[in-house]
Amino acid sequence: MAAPTASAPVSAPTPSARSRKITLPWVLLGVAGLILLLATLRVVTGADDVASSGTLRAAIRAAMPIALAGLGGLWAERAGVVNIGLEGMLIMGTFGAGYAGWQWGMWAGVFFALVFGALAGLLHAIATVGFGVDHIVSGVAINVIALGAAQYLADIAFTGKPGGGPTQSPPVEPLPTFDIPGLADFAKEIEDKHWFFISDTAALVGGLTTRLSLLTLLGLSLFVITWWVLWRTSFGLRVRACGESPTAAETLGVNVYKYKYIAVIISGACAGIGGAFLVEDASVYRDGQTGGRGYIGLAAMIFGNWRPGGLLLGSGLFGFTDALRLRSGGESVHALVLLIGVVLILLTGLLLYRGQRGQAAISLLIGAGLVALYLSTDVIPDDFTGMTPFVTTLLVLALASQRLRMPKADGVRYRRGQAG
Amino acid sequence: MIANDEVNLVVRRGTVHALVGENGAGKSTLMKILYGVQKPDSGTIRVDGKELSFSSPSDAIAAGIGMVFQHFMLADNLTVLENVILGAEKLHGNSDGARAKISELATTYGFEIDPDRLVEHLGVGDRQRVEILKVLFRGARTIVLDEPTAVLVPHEVDELFDNLRDLKADGITVLFISHKLDEVLSVADDVTVMRRGTTIATVDPKQTTARQLAELMVGSELPSPSTEESTVTDTPMLTVEHLSLPDPFGGRDLLTDVSFTIHGGEVLGIAGVEGNGQEELVESIMGMLHASGSIKLDVREIGDWPTAARREAGIGYIPGDRQRHGLLLDSPLWENRILGHQNREPNIAGPFIDRRGARADTERIVTEYDVRTPSIDTTARALSGGNQQKLIVGREMSNEPSVLIASHPTRGVDVGAQAAIWNHIKAARRQGLAVLLISADLDELIGLSDTISVMLRGRLVAQIDPQTTTPQQLGAAMTGAEVLS
Amino acid sequence: MKMDLRRVGLSAAAPLLAVVFAILVTSIIMLAAGDPVLKVWETIFSEPKPRNLTNIINSASVLYLSALAAAVGFRMNLFNIGVDGQYRIAAFVAAWVAGEAWLPGFLNVLLALLVAMLVGAMWAGLAGLLRVTRGVSEVISTIMLNAIATALVAFMLRKVAVSDSNNISTTPIPESSRLEGFALIPGASNTVYTMSLLAVLAGVAYWLLLGKTRFGFSLRATGQSETAAVAAGISVKRMTVYAMLLSGAIAGLIGMPLLFGDSYSYGVTFQPGLGFAGIAVALLGRNHPIGIAFGALLFAFLNEQANPLQIRAGVSDEIVNIIQGVIVLSVVIAYEVVRRINNAAEQRKVAQQLAEGKVLAGTSEGVS
Repeated sequence: MAAPTASAPVSAPTPSARSRKITLPWVLLGVAGLILLLATLRVVTGADDVASSGTLRAAIRAAMPIALAGLGGLWAERAGVVNIGLEGMLIMGTFGAGYAGWQWGMWAGVFFALVFGALAGLLHAIATVGFGVDHIVSGVAINVIALGAAQYLADIAFTGKPGGGPTQSPPVEPLPTFDIPGLADFAKEIEDKHWFFISDTAALVGGLTTRLSLLTLLGLSLFVITWWVLWRTSFGLRVRACGESPTAAETLGVNVYKYKYIAVIISGACAGIGGAFLVEDASVYRDGQTGGRGYIGLAAMIFGNWRPGGLLLGSGLFGFTDALRLRSGGESVHALVLLIGVVLILLTGLLLYRGQRGQAAISLLIGAGLVALYLSTDVIPDDFTGMTPFVTTLLVLALASQRLRMPKADGVRYRRGQAG
Repeated sequence: MIANDEVNLVVRRGTVHALVGENGAGKSTLMKILYGVQKPDSGTIRVDGKELSFSSPSDAIAAGIGMVFQHFMLADNLTVLENVILGAEKLHGNSDGARAKISELATTYGFEIDPDRLVEHLGVGDRQRVEILKVLFRGARTIVLDEPTAVLVPHEVDELFDNLRDLKADGITVLFISHKLDEVLSVADDVTVMRRGTTIATVDPKQTTARQLAELMVGSELPSPSTEESTVTDTPMLTVEHLSLPDPFGGRDLLTDVSFTIHGGEVLGIAGVEGNGQEELVESIMGMLHASGSIKLDVREIGDWPTAARREAGIGYIPGDRQRHGLLLDSPLWENRILGHQNREPNIAGPFIDRRGARADTERIVTEYDVRTPSIDTTARALSGGNQQKLIVGREMSNEPSVLIASHPTRGVDVGAQAAIWNHIKAARRQGLAVLLISADLDELIGLSDTISVMLRGRLVAQIDPQTTTPQQLGAAMTGAEVLS
Repeated sequence: MKMDLRRVGLSAAAPLLAVVFAILVTSIIMLAAGDPVLKVWETIFSEPKPRNLTNIINSASVLYLSALAAAVGFRMNLFNIGVDGQYRIAAFVAAWVAGEAWLPGFLNVLLALLVAMLVGAMWAGLAGLLRVTRGVSEVISTIMLNAIATALVAFMLRKVAVSDSNNISTTPIPESSRLEGFALIPGASNTVYTMSLLAVLAGVAYWLLLGKTRFGFSLRATGQSETAAVAAGISVKRMTVYAMLLSGAIAGLIGMPLLFGDSYSYGVTFQPGLGFAGIAVALLGRNHPIGIAFGALLFAFLNEQANPLQIRAGVSDEIVNIIQGVIVLSVVIAYEVVRRINNAAEQRKVAQQLAEGKVLAGTSEGVS
């Protein structure tokens, strides 16, 4: 067909040789730094909700669907298939969770979400792997089909049911939440003292130990499992080889089609579970519930450099800004604007030191603009608050895309028998 | 199309068996069949007397055949260990077992490779060793090496040959594919020659000369580009001075202080092992890469000009990789006539494409350059390599360039097309064309060039007179071992 | 020039087969869900009334513009997923400008068109710039820009809005700048948008620009092979930015027929989702101006005919989304299969004709 193939740069960029290992001390140091930053921000601006346990909890809830969609993207792209159909798979997940959750309870909902997402993944795999259709094209088509299918099925399943309608399911009972005994109360106590840094750390602990959903635990464990499978098992090695060099894998007797199929189906299943999160959070399936989170998940995955840890960080960023918007909205984001502005101005120094003058100028310009915005306003309009994650992603990609390393054969059509 | 026809090949165990033939003689297709990537229409493969049929590489691996491809089959972003064990993860137990096996193999054959390094950080020689490790790891008793020396510098070639002798001593059979005759003669126990898809003869290298092998390869007469009277004038057409190009990724400079002058009617040949800066030199002259230094077309400084302006000022360009750089494979021939000449007569009429003009001129090229095609509406993809190349040569000659940059102009084309292309270049030279000729074919270089410069690691290291040199001497000079004149 | 009938036939059969396949799949889904399958197809394939015909033409013209915008990108191997955001932000700004009515009558319309194209081009150009200067994939950046456009428009709308009871929108454009449309379909109570002509104009311009000009050649060459374009002296970066600007400018026009022929202002109810439908139509029409026209008509026809499904057959009209989605997916698969068949067939044919000596090059001797 005449539609384009996924574009590849003229000369494949070779990443810089410097690749630092991310070790536990570095992660802890980073977390501490982040808390310190937020604590300072809270004290300087007086926006208390910037770092409260409530905000953190809301952030985790907002982050999970994005994170799981991103995890779906990770599986597919590690196997070399670009999956822009995540949005559709997420939608399929919300319908599955809404229907089964209403009929047989939330756990059944999670299972059906997984199955429905996996089915959409299978469709994507058939088109891209089986027939060699361009990945983006197939993804766009899947988004159209999934949206139509969910709306059509919802109309059949929910119309006239008590509490339901053509665009909404009857209420779904969410899973029980629990506190980690002792830790949760203690953290709450400390947090209420509003001590600089210490209370903020307590808020983080509190946010992670209070009113935990089992589903959240499941989601987080999927990240651990994904990491273990992809980087520690021979199955994972083969999947990643398919994304890096399918011809190499083929010449070693690996059935590339099989692993791509499996990975893309898993991708759909992950995104489907992400849909279950949305349903659980709202206690209901609603038309348009996903709100583009599939796309954001994809962005979070790129932000996270195609790694589970980075993806979690990226989703956390999206979840955090989302939570801020929901809680004290304007005020918190207003504070955040200052933070980003200052960080960008600091970054300018670093960039200048490295001699990247063009980037430094951009960074300085945006940073100064944000600080000026902070000083000249009292509160950020809600619409801009909603924009923050997207603008942040664009900025991160613009400043850091050269440092990102995507699987080498990602998005490339692969046909058997072309090796050699 | 039949790429292989009646191929008969018998390889004795524990020997190095070389398979030689021109580009396009069918060596690679044979390899793919031996490795189960492609299926033969007829015929049999026997390993140790047992008849086998391979439907996938797994079958070949199971039969103890391992393959080292010309273009390495390695995943850059995986470690050496991961690349080696891929597809055979459990063969030597868990990953500790695999690691032990790899270091055992590495010690046995003198490979020094850290199994936890990313492959992208390895040099070419090390990558090849990883490929061989992959094969040995699977316990292969027969190793097929496809053009293994094409990308190696001389000392790496020597190391490779030492490795091959070690393998042979261990009873491993090596099938060595090449078109570099001197290498073949130095390492092989038997040599089989292929031509046009069939095996011609198997000879003993101790009783055969390179010249005899070459004649077997190309048929009875060797179409060597006969030298003729010099047509060199003293008008400088292309003057390159102090051209340098740093490696964007921080390695050794790709080009270092390259200077030369080509006069009207002169062919300057650049000899060198591939990957020593030839492509970078060409792309710098064409403005696709931005090197420092001066490039003059007659008297005009064109170093800052964009590619299109350089082409319009009279530089014709035959790219080394015609499919990537020279053609729109899915477009008809007449649109390919426009490519690279999209701002010039006869292809345009004001801001519009002159369809009629372009088509007429494509017909002319097809006739004059003997491009075998049913129609000019055929897509470029459907043509054979030789016909694709003739189209490109015709296109690049059509606006009467004053300078022609020809990178591997006859690579992968059949003998007939090769002779035709040589004739065209010689004819244009008589008209006063200045040619920069990059080639891996030493006969071509010697036959066509008025002067030969040898390129090594981004520098021009020697000048050689083609009238007095032989392919053997030139080959030696390319290794940097011996500098003539 | 000889037409290769087999090739053309295969290419035309692909979309037809895809439509048949989509009908089959959708029927199976409806059967499984227990919906009255025949009733649905009867409704959809009933003869449209004059008023529906007008609606189909109107909606097809809008889809056509949207598909052209996507197609410009596709020809250049760029995925402008951001048509949606581009047309909404452009429609908003144009509606606001037109509502302010700085210029009288028709001039006001022209100004609004110009502004719409400019804003659309700028929004898309941003993605183009990010790609060539920072290496950001246009797929991701345009998705982000879509979301940003949504928020930005909502914010600005609130700033400039006049609100009546339940709808906030820009100031309605003055009577003198409204376009009545023309009664193309006899017996219809409604009219075809005057701005539907934009679709025709844009289609002709697209065909001319991409198919006949040097610029178009360079754009297509870059889309086919970036490496060959570089060697040919075509600036890939410049073409990328141009293609995005062009795509965005066409996207800017998408909202214009609606604005001047129907809603007269930009409000929260302004039709969303046209950008993604355009991508689907462009794929269906293989980025060819005529093919896209067929695709747009088909999609508009399905949309319009599905409207009464709820009433007549008791089936959700969302079923049409499934049909459309399956058509797109199966058509791209069919095109891919046909492409492979054609390539193999042509190579065989060339080999065969050469063997028979049917070649253009009369002499086997070159000049020597």
